[in-house]
Amino acid sequence: MTIALFLEQLLNGLQFGVMLFLMAAGLTLIFGVMGLINLAHGSLYMVGAFACAVVAAWSGSFWIGLVASLAAAAAAGAIVELVVIRRLYTRDHLDQVLATFALILIFSEGTRWVFGSIPLYLDIPTLLQGTVPLPGGSRYQLYRLAIIGVGIAVAIGLYLLITQTRLGMRIRAGESDREMIGALGVDVATLYTVVFALGAALAGLAGAMVGAIQSVQVGMGEPVLILAFVVIVIGGIGSIRGALIGAVLVGVTDTMGRFLLPQAMQLFLPPSQAGLIGGAIASMLIYLLMAVVLALKPRGLFPAQA
Amino acid sequence: MADPVLAISELSKTFGALKATDDVSLDLKPGEIHALIGPNGAGKSTLINQVAGTLKPDTGSIRFDGQELTGLTVAERARRGLGRTFQVSSLAPEFSALRNVMLAVQSVQGSSFRFFRPVMRDTSLIEPAMAALERVGLADRAHLPTSELSHGERRQIEIAIALALGSRAFLLDEPMAGMGPEGSKKLTDFLDGLRAEAPILLVEHDMNAVFALADRISVLVYGRVIATGTVDEIRADPEVRRAYLGDEA
Amino acid sequence: MANRETIFNLAVALLLLALPIAANYAGEPFYVTLATRIAILSLAAVGLNLALGLGGLVSFGHAAFFGIGGYTAGILASHAFSGDPLIFGLPGTKQMIVIWLVAMIAGGIVAFLIGLISLRTAGVYFIMITLAFAQMIFYFAISWPAYGGEDGLPIFVRNQFPGVNTLRPLPYFLICYALLAIGLILFKLIADSRFGAALQATRQNEVRVASVGIPPYRIRLAAFVISGMFTAIAGALFADLNRFVSPSMLSWHLSGELIVLIILGGVGRLFGPVVGAAIYVLLEFWLGGITERWQFFLGLILLGVVLFARGGVVGLIAGRARHG
Repeated sequence: MTIALFLEQLLNGLQFGVMLFLMAAGLTLIFGVMGLINLAHGSLYMVGAFACAVVAAWSGSFWIGLVASLAAAAAAGAIVELVVIRRLYTRDHLDQVLATFALILIFSEGTRWVFGSIPLYLDIPTLLQGTVPLPGGSRYQLYRLAIIGVGIAVAIGLYLLITQTRLGMRIRAGESDREMIGALGVDVATLYTVVFALGAALAGLAGAMVGAIQSVQVGMGEPVLILAFVVIVIGGIGSIRGALIGAVLVGVTDTMGRFLLPQAMQLFLPPSQAGLIGGAIASMLIYLLMAVVLALKPRGLFPAQA
Repeated sequence: MADPVLAISELSKTFGALKATDDVSLDLKPGEIHALIGPNGAGKSTLINQVAGTLKPDTGSIRFDGQELTGLTVAERARRGLGRTFQVSSLAPEFSALRNVMLAVQSVQGSSFRFFRPVMRDTSLIEPAMAALERVGLADRAHLPTSELSHGERRQIEIAIALALGSRAFLLDEPMAGMGPEGSKKLTDFLDGLRAEAPILLVEHDMNAVFALADRISVLVYGRVIATGTVDEIRADPEVRRAYLGDEA
Repeated sequence: MANRETIFNLAVALLLLALPIAANYAGEPFYVTLATRIAILSLAAVGLNLALGLGGLVSFGHAAFFGIGGYTAGILASHAFSGDPLIFGLPGTKQMIVIWLVAMIAGGIVAFLIGLISLRTAGVYFIMITLAFAQMIFYFAISWPAYGGEDGLPIFVRNQFPGVNTLRPLPYFLICYALLAIGLILFKLIADSRFGAALQATRQNEVRVASVGIPPYRIRLAAFVISGMFTAIAGALFADLNRFVSPSMLSWHLSGELIVLIILGGVGRLFGPVVGAAIYVLLEFWLGGITERWQFFLGLILLGVVLFARGGVVGLIAGRARHG
């Protein structure tokens, strides 16, 4: 193992974490403001990826595709909020789980209906192709660095949005006292739609960016969704800061675990077994991380004020 | 005098900058009703919650029957004989009054880990529960779901539960609230007799009831006990008059 | 004593028994298999209903127990087939009764461990944590190649039950039906017992339960373990039905489906899971026959049920009130 390889894996973990953050930020915002658990958040990720792939193929530009992914996911989010989600705010979590589970079925099968089962491919834009040198002599994909950059920019943007703007003030008010903001004359229904669409757009952005590294296909959002749940549980549901820290923690733990554990196992196991056992344990590592965090802090690292 | 059943000493609890309980010491002696009065926000319910175990104090000790309660769960404290009622009544709303009280009986009888015998045919549960409801005058309403009963009736169920628990001290958080004058009168008489069974720490806003019942009164203001004494002593205490009763009298 | 819900339940129980028998003698074994599927999923959901319906514990990870039951059947059978000893030199087995016992114990132990941590939390945290633990087991099953990994593990010949030819559809259905019946009876007994009273009270008002001296955490943990045991047995039956076990039995879709079954039928109702499973399986079958896109329409139907038909089908038919 070289330093360069280690650094590369660390950056991969960071990139994975940043992508999880984009998903988790929306989920945690929606839960914090509206008290809603949204299983269909992964579907919005998928919508973003498909919109980007289709529009990029049609227009020849990744960037137009990226804009389209934001617009499509936000629009899908707004429509879903208006038609379904807003009937669920007063319901218990059980109804929310079932309704959003049904939405996943509709989204997944609907997408398969329109685009078929064959994955779409999305190319990395020319501007971001190529690699940059890393200390230690190896090179790292520029595009992955760009994803990290976008994630950091979104984190700063969200921070400014929530602390500096009128919308942010209302979001904070909504998190601390749902009934109060209505009494203060804020148009709660519109606020909720906007927050939901914002969360959806972030998920769509994540889907589009990841679509260029992996393939774009039905069901791509579900594994990410579950990891995003782990992230917000670790970070504390409702906390954007918790989502950021939890996402990086999960991203790095997962990537580094898969990289390091099989090697560590070789110290006391034959190589073939070390790979298997190390790999199997690595696949469970983030869940163990979650279990440890919860055993110590049942409401996550940064519990939002309830 | 006899040893206190319940002894709270130097108890403190802060919420952020707010001192909800500030170095409170008070005790409850056998056979007495010790009333805890004070303006809204004085920290009366906070104190009761710390005794019952739903809130953790920052410092201080609570001893019950000579044993330290700090560190015990709500359930463990209840099993030792602390029977409490809530300021806002807290029952299993889908269950009938009877089933709410039966839950207390089953707890007293030991194990809730019995899986097969149907409770609704178990006279060893039903009879004591009915007896407790009878004592608070709710026997004829025993089979109604608690969500359909009035506020006053729900308070009575809570008292019946505390009775069924065979409590050795009662923590009653505003039992008169939501009752009409007639109900309050009946409850006052009832509590008057109850003290012989077990002492009562009584939080109450109804001053007629407090003055009629209390052997001793402690006055809580901004989390601090500013005075403890008999009804007459408290009525005469200048600090109490200034801080709580108002100075005009 | 016979109220509307009891009559309805009896009718459902009889139909679920009579229709497959009739189908079998009409030479339609496929419908027997369909009914077996209903019975097994019902049993799994009866288990979940104990935690979810009685205890209010919305577990989104019951696929873990279902899958553990399935893998128990698969692993024991594969060792019996190959003759290789299991751990500690113990042999595998083809006897269903032994398999069920092992599945129950394995499911119970895992439920205990998951419950120990998850039950420290509540509400939406609990939903997500149970989901995450189930995913952990799912990924472990995928990445652990000894028992088939991603490809799953076949059971070459269905396991055995003394005196019954389990290879034929109808006898196997009857075994599953009998276990479902036992499961329902146990559920009813538990619901009416002291433990059930404490569990249901914990759902309604945790503080009240603690204040009478009953520890809610231990009640919930016990309920979660029993619940996991039920679902694990159903998993073992399911593996034997398909003669195959794969990580898909552990997938979060299955956890979601089990919740769906209960909500469709009626949360906390004795026959809620049975009615829900029957509707779900038949709907799947019927829609699947009409269109390749049946999941899309299933989603629409489910959405309609949540938004407009609260209380589930049993609630619709038998009325809402049930608490004495």
